[in-house]
Order: sequence, then C-alpha cells, then structure tokens
Amino acid sequence: MIKVENLHKYFGKLEVLKGIDYEIHESEVVCVIGPSGSGKSTFLRCLNLLEEVTDGAVYIEGVKINDPKTNINDIRTEVGMVFQQFNLFPHMTVIDNITMAPMQIRKMKKADAEKLAMELLDKVGLRTKAHNFPQQLSGGQQQRVAIARALAMKPKVMLFDEPTSALDPEMVNEVLDVMKDLAKEGMTMIVVTHEMGFAREMGDRVLFMDGGYIVEEGQPDDVFGNPQNERTKAFLGKVL
Amino acid sequence: MDLFDFRWDIIWNYRDFYITGIWVTLALTLVGYIGGVFFGVLLGLAQTSKNKIIYWPAKIYVDVFRGTPMLVQIYIIHLALIPTLFGQSYGWFISGAAALILNSAAYNAEIFRAGIQSIDKGQMEAARSLGLTHSQAMRKVILPQAVRRMVPPLGNEFITLLKDSSLINVIAATDILYASKMIAGTYSRVWEPYLFAAFLYLIMTFIVTKVIAYIEHRFSIEYNPRKSKKERAET
Repeated sequence: MIKVENLHKYFGKLEVLKGIDYEIHESEVVCVIGPSGSGKSTFLRCLNLLEEVTDGAVYIEGVKINDPKTNINDIRTEVGMVFQQFNLFPHMTVIDNITMAPMQIRKMKKADAEKLAMELLDKVGLRTKAHNFPQQLSGGQQQRVAIARALAMKPKVMLFDEPTSALDPEMVNEVLDVMKDLAKEGMTMIVVTHEMGFAREMGDRVLFMDGGYIVEEGQPDDVFGNPQNERTKAFLGKVL
Repeated sequence: MDLFDFRWDIIWNYRDFYITGIWVTLALTLVGYIGGVFFGVLLGLAQTSKNKIIYWPAKIYVDVFRGTPMLVQIYIIHLALIPTLFGQSYGWFISGAAALILNSAAYNAEIFRAGIQSIDKGQMEAARSLGLTHSQAMRKVILPQAVRRMVPPLGNEFITLLKDSSLINVIAATDILYASKMIAGTYSRVWEPYLFAAFLYLIMTFIVTKVIAYIEHRFSIEYNPRKSKKERAET
C-alpha cells in the first residue's frame, strides 16, 4: 500500500534520512521507534509530503507521490495525519473542525457532514463536546478530536506523529484506546511513538530508526524480546 | 500674551473653514486608509511569498516607505513624482491621498505579514494534511485567525494616519490646520487656533478609539474560548 524506495531527505546540508526502503501493507500497524533526532518524524512527514522528498520515491497505492505531476492534495485526502501538538483550529468549534475538510474538499452538505462528525465524535467518546471550542478541552480530548477530524476524510492510511508525547500521563491511555480501536477495525496505521507498550501490543511490525537509517525491523516480540543490533539494544535498555 | 484671555469668538468666525477642514481630514484619512489596507494586503501577502521576484520588491517598498519621513514622501510625490509621471500636478488632494495610501500600505503590509506569520505553522500543516489547497487553507484556517490579531494594530494605524494627514498641510491642503494658520495670520493669535486644532484631532481620535474598541470586542465575542456558542445562547 505504501512503498518507500531509497528515500533521502536533507535539511540544507544536513542529511536526516539516508536511504530508507520500506513497504507497508494494508491493515498493518507499523510502529516507528527510536531516539530523538533519528529521523522518524521526518520519515513520517515524507509520506504525505509535509516534508519535500530530496531523493528517492514514495508510492501510495502505486502512485508516486513525489512526482511533480501528482496532485498532492488528492493524495493527502487519503492519508490522515495526527500531530503531537494536535493542531486543532482554535477559531472553530469541535464539530466545525471535523466538518470543514469534508465540506470544503468533498463538497459534502452541512447536514451530512455534521451527521458524520457526530458519528466520529461518538467513536472517540466526545459527542457532548461537539459545540465546545478546542481550548475548552483537555489535551487528551483535543487529540481525540484531532483523530476524528482526520477520520472524517475517510483516509486509507493514518499517520500518527508522537500523538501522546504532549499529553499529561493520565491522558495518554484515552488516546491510545482510540488508536487501538482503530487498529482493530483494520486501519492501516503508521505510528511514531515513545509508547513502547502500545508498540509491543498493537504493532504488527516495529521499526527502529537511528541516525537516518532503519536499523532494525520486525515483529514486536522479536525487536523487543531479542534485538539483534547493538544500537537497538542500547536504546531499548534505556527506555524499557 | 494673556493665557486667560482667550478669544473663542475668532474660532467661531472661522467655523466654516474648520468644518471644511474636518471633512478634508476625514476624506484624506479614509481614502488613505482604504487604499492603504488594499495595497497593504497585497504587499503583506507578497512578503510571505517564497518567490523572490514577488518577495523582494515588496520588501524593498515596505522598507523604503517605513524608513523615510512622511513629510519628505509628500514633497517627493507632490513636487516630483506626480508632475514627472503625468506632466502636471493634480493638486494637493490627489498628491496627499497618494502619499497617505503609499505610506499606509507599507505599515499595513507589516501588520498583515506579522499577522499571518504569527499563526503557528502547525495550523497550515494540519489544514494541508487534510487535503486543503494552500489558498483554501489560507481562507479557512490562517486568515480567520490572523485577522483577529490584526484588528488592534490596524486600528492604531488608522489613528496614526488621521494624525499624519495633518502633514498634507505643507502642500496647501485646506485641512484643520489650514483654518488655524489663517486665524493665526489674521489675528496674530496662536493659542486659540492651534489649541482648537489639537482639540478637534483629540475628539476625532477619541471617537475612532471607541469604534475600534467596539470592533475588537465584537471579534472577541465570536471567538471566545471560554464560552461555546451553546453556552452563549443560554446566557
């Protein structure tokens, strides 16, 4: 479903991704772990071209997305993204946050979009907050709204960029629970995370990145239980 | 000069000149402001552009007009620029309005640029990641937030322009100051006419300040994080 070939990314002269090859299949949950600065967020952001790809290719369902001829806006409607800082639109109520993109892009009628939004809010357990502004919600609630907002475009893939890193500890689980439900429904998910418990429990595969490379990847039990690479061992030794 | 022997009657005698002066001041300010906001938006957007051919001319324009005195700009526009470009002068109103528009555009451009750039870049990323185009994201997400932040500085700019419009007097505009100068010349009295001119400006800026405060208040109601629409309807 997603295929990455020899992906390189430079920020100026700094090479952040040094040739990534990877393939993600439908309904897979891939968790990306690694120390800060390892390139894992950049890797994720290259998958919907929030970062320009310097070299190499990213294919989504066979379409090369970093081809100048590809309409990236169309691709992005299929790829939902959830950010560390939620990035809800503060001038809109919760329900308007969710209905905006379907109405703007899919030309959905307001009533239909609101019906969809309420269903999604049910799913993330926030139906009663529909008419609140984002600032009135806790961090965990805001992140759940952000997930609902991304789901409103009915994406085929969801990208999560450290979705629980900005949350107070007691709110982490409510967000992870929503993500687990999503995974069980068969959503294809790529999750950059520091939540090793989530990666181990929910990941179909775990991918350890360091220094701009994929250092190790495999089944969670193998990567966590029997890491092969020295750097993986050192990292897991610190975080587990 | 006896401070306590004011002759307010001479102001009354020149009331028609003051009334004309008030209209001239308001007309110059409004034309200057509306034109300044219009060109300011374009210059401000140009200054957020990544295209160097769009960015640099706008940047240079803004720096030149902010970095030189308005009085000098007025003389150059009235005595040099307009006669050179059009072969003749069109009088103080056209020159004065042009100077105010061109000057105000530079300051408004900075207000727009700063307003747009003050919005967290995560907002644009979130909007684009949903599939919105750049211009859809600007329209629905960035500008509605930026405009709210622009209201107070845009209000300040209006007040600045209202006061700076008195500089057009140097090219013989029949504004408020013109009436005062006539009185001063005729009666050899300075306190009454110039204090009265100051008083008129003070009244005008006071009214404008109140209007701006009202507009700011309206904007904050529409966007009150502490109160949802439903709660507001209930109270």
